Amino acid sequence: MREILGDLDRWRKAGKQVAVARVVDVEGSGPRLPGAAMAVNEDGEVAGSVSGGCVEGAVVTEALQIIESGDRRIVTFGYSDDEAFAVGLTCGGTIHLFVEPLDW
Amino acid sequence: MTAIFEVLRDAIGSEEPVALATVVEGPGVGGKLLVRPDEEPIGSLGDPDLDRVVARDALGELAAGTTGVRHYGTQGQANEHDVAVFVESFAPPPQLLVFGAVDFTGALARVGKVLGYRVTVCDAREVFATKARFPFADEVVVDWPHRLLERVGDQLGPRDAVCVLTHDPKFDVPAVIAALRTDVGYLGAMGSRRTTDDRNRRLREEGVTDEQLARVMGPIGLDLGARTPEETAVSIMAEVIATRTGRQAPSLRDAAGPIH
Repeated sequence: MREILGDLDRWRKAGKQVAVARVVDVEGSGPRLPGAAMAVNEDGEVAGSVSGGCVEGAVVTEALQIIESGDRRIVTFGYSDDEAFAVGLTCGGTIHLFVEPLDW
Repeated sequence: MTAIFEVLRDAIGSEEPVALATVVEGPGVGGKLLVRPDEEPIGSLGDPDLDRVVARDALGELAAGTTGVRHYGTQGQANEHDVAVFVESFAPPPQLLVFGAVDFTGALARVGKVLGYRVTVCDAREVFATKARFPFADEVVVDWPHRLLERVGDQLGPRDAVCVLTHDPKFDVPAVIAALRTDVGYLGAMGSRRTTDDRNRRLREEGVTDEQLARVMGPIGLDLGARTPEETAVSIMAEVIATRTGRQAPSLRDAAGPIH
C-alpha cells in the first residue's frame, strides 16, 4: 500500500469516495506479494496494481461497486475460478483480494 | 480523533515501523488495529482480547518484515478460525551502505534507490564524498567506513547490504572486518581477481577465518559481462537479490521450478 499512499491522501483530501483492494493471500504462482494494493476513486481513476495487469480491469468494476454499496469483502481471482469472473491469472495462481472503502 | 489512515501515512512517511491489522473475514469485518513498537495500538478489531493478541502478533510480523493472514477465535484464541486478520507490515526500507566515493558509487546509489533501499555513501576523503556528487544517496558520510560501521553496525540485519568499492586495502580491510561483525545479509567487495586475492590474504593475516571469508562476495557482482558503472550496479544489485533469495541466478529459461 506504500506506493499508493500519496494518491489515497490526495483523493481523501479532495473528498473523493475511494475503494482500496489489497492482496491478502497468494496461492501458487502470483506476480505480486500480499500487501500489493490498488485504489479506485469515484471518478474511476486508478492507482497501483495487484497483479501483472491480468485482473486490474475486473478490480476496477469491483471497486466501483464497493464505493456504491459500502461493502467489504474478499474477492478471489484464479485460474480455476470460473464461477464469479471471466478473468483470471494466466500464470495459474490464485490471488485473494480484500476490497473495502477508504473510510478509516 | 485522528483517522487511522493519517497515522499510518505519517508513520510510513517518516520511516517508522508500523503494522496495520484488518479483519478480512468473520465478525467485525473491516475492523482495524494500527500497531507500532513502544506505542499504544490505535483502533480495534471488535474485541479487547483479540486486539491484545493481534497487537502482539503484529509486532512479531513487523520485526520479521512479513505480511499475511492469521486466524483467531473471536476473542483471539489460537488454533481457531472464526476471524481472519490481515496483518500488513511496513518495515523501514532496507539499508544499502556503499563504501568508497568512486565512479561506480553514483550508479550503485541510483539502482539501490530504484530497488527501495535507503542508501548511505561513505568515504574518508571529503573532496569526493559530497552530496553534490551523489544526489541519489539519502546520506553521504565523510568518515572511515569501519568507524561508520562501529556506530551503525548493530542496526544492520539480513535485509541490508554493504558494498565495499574502495579497492584500496587501507580502507577495504578494516571495512570488511567491521562488516563481518554485523548481521548484514550481503557483503560484497569490488576488485579484480588479483585485488581480491591480495585482500583475502590481508584479511586472513588479520585473523579472518575461511568461514567468515565465505560471506564476502568478491569480486563483487554477478557474471553479466558488465562494463559501465550502470551495468556494474545492476550486476551488484542482482547479486544482492540472489543472495537474499538464495538463488544461483541462472536465466529462468535454463532453470525449472517456480518463478516466485
